[in-house]
Amino acid sequence: MKILVCISHVPDTTSKINFTDNNKSFDSSGIQYIINPNDEFGLTKAVWMKETHKAEVVVASVGEVSCESTLRKCLAIGADRAIRVNMNPLDGFSVAKQLVEICEKEKFSLIIAGRESIDYNGGMVPGIIAELMNYNYVANCISLEIDQNKATAAREIDGGKEIVSSDLPLVIGSQKGLVEEKDLIIPNMRGIMQARQKSLEVLEPIKVDPKTLSNKYEKPSPKGEVKMIDSKEIDKLIDLLHNEAKVI
Amino acid sequence: MSVIIYSESENGKFKKSAFELASYGRALADKLNLSLIAISINNNEADSISSFGVDKLIEVNDKELEKFQVNNYSKIISEIASKKDVKILLLSSSADSKYLAPILSVKLSSGYVSNVIELPESTNPLVVKRSCFTNKAFSYVNLPEKINLISLSNNSYGAIENPRKMEKENYSCSLEKNSLKIEKTEKITGKVTIADADVVVSGGRGLKGPENWSLVENLADVLGAATACSKPVSDMGWRPHSEHVGQTGKPVASNLYIAIGISGAIQHLAGINSSKVKVVINNDPEAPFFKAADYGVVGDAFEVVPKLTEKLKEFKS
Repeated sequence: MKILVCISHVPDTTSKINFTDNNKSFDSSGIQYIINPNDEFGLTKAVWMKETHKAEVVVASVGEVSCESTLRKCLAIGADRAIRVNMNPLDGFSVAKQLVEICEKEKFSLIIAGRESIDYNGGMVPGIIAELMNYNYVANCISLEIDQNKATAAREIDGGKEIVSSDLPLVIGSQKGLVEEKDLIIPNMRGIMQARQKSLEVLEPIKVDPKTLSNKYEKPSPKGEVKMIDSKEIDKLIDLLHNEAKVI
Repeated sequence: MSVIIYSESENGKFKKSAFELASYGRALADKLNLSLIAISINNNEADSISSFGVDKLIEVNDKELEKFQVNNYSKIISEIASKKDVKILLLSSSADSKYLAPILSVKLSSGYVSNVIELPESTNPLVVKRSCFTNKAFSYVNLPEKINLISLSNNSYGAIENPRKMEKENYSCSLEKNSLKIEKTEKITGKVTIADADVVVSGGRGLKGPENWSLVENLADVLGAATACSKPVSDMGWRPHSEHVGQTGKPVASNLYIAIGISGAIQHLAGINSSKVKVVINNDPEAPFFKAADYGVVGDAFEVVPKLTEKLKEFKS
């Protein structure tokens, strides 16, 4: 079986977020980039399936040349080959359309994309791919088993989970739970060396107009000082929460 | 043309977010001079939404739809939206609604924007403010398409009563045989979920072990709150993943967030930033969380929390 894992190249989780160009674009100076954590859970699951299901794992990213370091890391973790669509990703819809183009050319049994990227948090790429391909889709996927042509998956819902079954092909929105944090693969030297030999194909994008345009950015206004309450005066805390904050 | 909301139900009643969405929809419809239509599936008390400014209710009642199923729900909602000449379709930020949204955006060939936190900055062109970078920033997004779909962040607008005479219409449609089969649903009953909660009480490594979680649970009980935890706590298996809040866990947008024994790593703060009031209890006065808090108590959680729970019990009675 062939698996596609869609990869987003995002600022490290500890990054301080700043904007430039009159708050019109993200300031990438000094930013370390990583594999979007939600995608990485999916990638790890896919790499496991190389052993268990003799799967071929393809990773794809829509981005400029800077995202190749992230794709190389995916190859070092164990993906077999990588595809980069040479385009500045403008919105979730146009990214999904580029990925659909790849899906139509190569027949994947399983398409994995993180439930959302931790930078723009659009949360739409896997759902749009699924609908455009007319495949079933499991959002917020926290477990997946595949037996022949049949998949059983769990979707995290508010206050619990839902177990569903579907024939392949299937699209899932991956997140923590699909594999655990401790399962994430740290590339070893052999993996890194092998990654250099693996194919990283660059495709030119198809023409798609974005459906949403981010005009400008803004940072939250600075917060007021914290009010400290003596641990012996808990009554005061209750009073403040009731009379000042009005939340109890 | 109309503004349409999908007002979500659970066990035959509207979820709290449905009333918030209706209130937001009302204000938006007024700005655009359009009527507000609500779509409701299998709800026994559907009239209640007229109190929040809905002009027309379209009800779908079908035994086959008792459980949420993405394929048929998205089919129904998009059919109704197209028939009623939708201009803006509004959804909440529940797990089910966020599941539907991207699918609906393809069916309706619409623009889609999630995590919207207030009324549009302008309606012509349509520009909305949303949170991004996991609550570390906001962006203003221009929506040039004819039809647009907006997911509203829970607890960002609030429910505002605005009663009116509401028209009603029944709608039925042919269902598809579901190729995505629901085998089983496991849901904790009788417990507030993090997504719906007004108050969230969260515990971190400072609680020393899962055996001490009654501290968090007792406080949550008094406040009718949901319980949550930090990432290390769920990674160590002290608490289930479903309780992990933060950048890679669940986002929290409650009115009150109480953090016990959580130091406040930047990834945790990102996830809980949109909560309105934050209380931090920690024995380390240098814990970074205090900088992000509204109220702070430096002290031993094992002493402070039971005392707070007791005092709140007295206060509530």
